[in-house]
This record gives sequence, C-alpha cells and structure tokens, in this order.
Amino acid sequence: MSMRSNMKTVRISIIGFGYVGAGLAEVIRRKRADLVSTYGLDVRIVGIADLNGIFIDEQGLDEAELLKLRTGAKDWERPGGMTTLELIKELDYEVMVETTHTDVTSGQPGLTHITTALESGRHVVTSNKGPLALEYSRLTDLAAAQGCALKYEATVGGAMPLISLIRDNLAGNGVLSIQGILNGTCNYILTRMAEEGLPYEHVLKEAQELGYAEADPSSDVKGLDTAVKLVILANSVFGMNATYRDVEVTGITAITPDALKLADDAGYVIKLIGEVSREGCLKARPRLVPKDDPLNVGGTLNVATIKTDLAGDITVIGKGAGPIEAASAILADIISIYR
Amino acid sequence: MKISMDIELKDIPGQLVRALQPVSDSGGNIVSVVHQHDKKTPSGRIPVQLVVELDEQRLERLVRALTERGVRVVRTGEERLKESMVVLLIGHIVHSDLRETIDSIDRTGFAEVVALSLSMPSVDEESSASVTISAIGDQELREALHILEGTAKEKGIMVIAPI
Ligand SMILES: NC(=O)c1ccc[n+]([C@@H]2O[C@H](COP(=O)([O-])OP(=O)(O)OC[C@H]3O[C@@H](n4cnc5c(N)ncnc54)[C@H](OP(=O)(O)O)[C@@H]3O)[C@@H](O)[C@H]2O)c1
Repeated sequence: MSMRSNMKTVRISIIGFGYVGAGLAEVIRRKRADLVSTYGLDVRIVGIADLNGIFIDEQGLDEAELLKLRTGAKDWERPGGMTTLELIKELDYEVMVETTHTDVTSGQPGLTHITTALESGRHVVTSNKGPLALEYSRLTDLAAAQGCALKYEATVGGAMPLISLIRDNLAGNGVLSIQGILNGTCNYILTRMAEEGLPYEHVLKEAQELGYAEADPSSDVKGLDTAVKLVILANSVFGMNATYRDVEVTGITAITPDALKLADDAGYVIKLIGEVSREGCLKARPRLVPKDDPLNVGGTLNVATIKTDLAGDITVIGKGAGPIEAASAILADIISIYR
Repeated sequence: MKISMDIELKDIPGQLVRALQPVSDSGGNIVSVVHQHDKKTPSGRIPVQLVVELDEQRLERLVRALTERGVRVVRTGEERLKESMVVLLIGHIVHSDLRETIDSIDRTGFAEVVALSLSMPSVDEESSASVTISAIGDQELREALHILEGTAKEKGIMVIAPI
C-alpha cells in the first residue's frame, strides 16, 4: 500500500556504454526488485549513448538487450541521427550517468556532457575523473546553482566508499589527512614484484595479460591516475582548488626487486601512496609501509586511511576497479539522491 | 660526545644567551635548545633543555661556569639517539658519492647514519640502499630526512621514506 504510493520512477541516461556503463545496466537489471522493495525506486534506463550510436525508450530499455551491444550480438542504431548532446538535453529523464573515458588534459567529452546535463536541470552521477580533476569548483557551483546533485563516488577508489563515508558517516569530524593506495594496477605490480622477486617489466607484462594493466599503462604506473584521484579528494574533502599539476608525483617504474628486498629485510613493503592533508600536502609517491600497517594490502586492492580529529584513524579497503564494482558506487550515488 | 643538560634560568631577560656563552667558551657545539617560556619551575625559574656536543672531560668545567653565572644545572647525561628511521635510496648511488650523502646527515650533530646496506646488481646499473638514520628526537629525525631528500634530489636519487 504505502510502498506503491511512495514509489518513485527514476529515469536515467548512460553516456558512454563501455565497461562501466554496461556494468551499471547489469547491476540495475540484477537489483530491480531490491530497488523497489528497499528504496521505493523504479530505476529505468531511458537512453544510452556511445560513440557508435544511441538507444532511447521513454518507457525504459531492456538491460539484457543492451548488454548484447557489448558482445556484438546486437548492432548500434542512431534514431533520427540524434547526437549525444541532443539526447542529454532533450530526452525526458532525471539522472545522467557519465561513464565516458577519462581525459585529464581536456576533460572531454565528459566535461561537455556534465555541463550540458546540469544546465538542462539533470542530476549527474559520474565515474569519469577528468572533469572533476580539472573543473571541480565550476561544476559543483553550476550544480548548486541549478539545484542539481553532482555525485562522483566511483571516481576515487571504485567500490570503496570514501567521499560519502567522509561526508555522511564522519560528518562533524575534521579530516586531517587521507593516505592510501588509490591505484590497483600499481598495487598489483608492486605486490607481485615483492612476492616473486621479479623485475618490473616482467610483472607489468603479466598484469597486462591478466587485464590488470592497460596496453598503455603510463597513467597508472607514473602516478598520474593516483594524482587525479588525490585532486578530487583535495577539492571535495579539503575545499582546495587543485588540479593534477599541483600534485608532486613519482611513479613506480624505477622500483627494483633489490629495493623491495631491502625494504622487506627492514620490515616494510613499498607501495605507491597518495597523500593529501589539510595543510595542502599533495603527493603521490612510493613509500615504505610497515608490514603490519593497515595500508599494507596486496593484489589489486585499494585502501585509504582517513585521519580525523574525533574518530581517530579510519581505514577502508576495497576493490578499486572493475565494472560491477564501479557500478556499485554509481548505484549508491543514484539512490542517495532520493534519500 | 653528545650531552643533554636540563638547566634552569632566572626569569629575567638575557639569561639564555648568558647560559649558552660558556658552552662555546669550553669548545662545545650547541646541538639543540628547547626553551619553554610558558613553563616555570615552582621556584619561578625557566627550564631549558640543552644538547651539546662536548669533550666529556670538559663537562665539569662547563657545569662550574654555568653555576657561577647563576644558571642552575639540574641534570646532565649522555644524549642517546632515540629516534630511528629506515629510508631506501634507488639510483646511481655509488657513482654519486654515497659518502657525501651520508656526511650531510652526520654533519648535523643531531642525527647520524647508523646502518647501511647496499645492493648493487652491477657497477653501471642503478643500485638500491637501505639507510638507517638515528636522531636525538622526532623533529631532528624529520629534519635529517629533509636534508637527505635535498641531497638526493640534486643527484637524481629516489628516496623512499616511511609513511
Ligand atoms: N573500469 C573501471 O573499473 C573504472 C573504475 C572507476 C572509474 N572508471 C572510470 O569510468 C569511466 C568509464 O570506464 P570504462 O572502463 O567503462 O571505459 P570504456 O570501456 O573505455 O568506456 C568508455 C565508453 O565511452 C564511449 N565514448 C567515448 N566518447 C564518447 C562520446 N563522445 N559520447 C558517448 N560515448 C562516448 C566509448 O565508446 P567507444 O568504445 O566507441 O570509444 C566507450 O564505450 C572512465 O572515465 C574511467 O576512468 C573506470
């Protein structure tokens, strides 16, 4: 009774139907009943856009059908020659999910997508780091002026809750610093090098074969990806107005098995640690982590220790990447808009 | 040898300078001075902690000189290097004169390189070293790391410090 009368239909568009975009469609398909019974939300995907085309249905698209686009079992269309920007502006929906690729130098195409959606009065949820790392304050100001939500939990730490953990659960605390492993590729490489005594190039190749590192791994291993995530934390948690150029960055490419062995002898592991503090420190560089420290997590895991004035140290560990994991953070952001 | 001294000064201006003069007169080096203006002993004096580098045989004379100047010497003892830190270095460490890098820390008087292990694949390849630095206090330890980072940067050596 009350359930039905409180039911809210949430129409979403997904811009960029790659791993994460499709992951979200899959998650919405799996969680449809829970979304209704637990949150009173009837979430419908009414439009998706990719470089290859567009699908729209104001009643809601069938997720299982959409997922066929990823396997090639279904071909893309482009009704009436509609462009991505026309979809963003003209379709009837409440939330735009932006999951195109991250470009930290231009922020595009995400920056234009997000700006256009906010200007058309749509809430925005994104996993795309570029726009937030480059134009955080302009975008949050625009969202506030439009009375729209702008949510981006998936940009930092994937499934690992960090931004909403600090904003909601640690409300009232002063955050002194955040320190952690924000890149699963680097963590995998350093963990394997330490465990097996293998050189960097060898482990990188292995990581690429397993899909833990991209064909061009430079953004990960040179520390840029960590820097970009730090910037999002710096701006959203510490109110800075930083861009990735403000981060002092040293990557992991120079780390040798010898160095890892020396660290091991002294009771440490080496990890690429991102660090942001309220004094304005912004650094991404290899550090020695005591083996018994909570930041010593292996494999592709991400971890962050938040130092606060009331709660002390809080450490979260979780999967930093993966389409379903990223979609988990996106779904939580969507639900939070209607809480 | 490093000697720490707890002394107490009269609460009138110029006393700290008065207390430090005999240290240099007796050939000693002042390593650190902790002077807490806002703290007072029950007798209204100001406690100061000094660490000086001094020949042990000259300590007695220094204490006498201080006492003659109205400085109360409450305690003297050998200062130990209490705080330690392991730091890794990666790069052309041997070519870039490791000795000089270590000296830059030993010269401070408040910190020393107490252990070093080097791993060198071959002379021309990059090598790694783990360096243990000890210092008389936490602040001094951080200062020593700062000095090391400065020297290493000039030489293109990567420093990996503990979190
Ligand atoms: N993968 C993860 O685990 C993860 C985790 C957290 C955050 N993220 C972030 O989430 C975003 C998506 O990641 P992903 O792994 O899903 O990347 P992806 O597979 O490369 O997906 C990006 C999609 O956007 C499409 N696209 C590019 N330009 C477009 C445009 N102008 N209009 C519409 N669509 C466009 C691409 O189409 P084409 O394929 O035709 O080029 C592609 O399908 C990235 O920003 C990434 O950094 C990813």
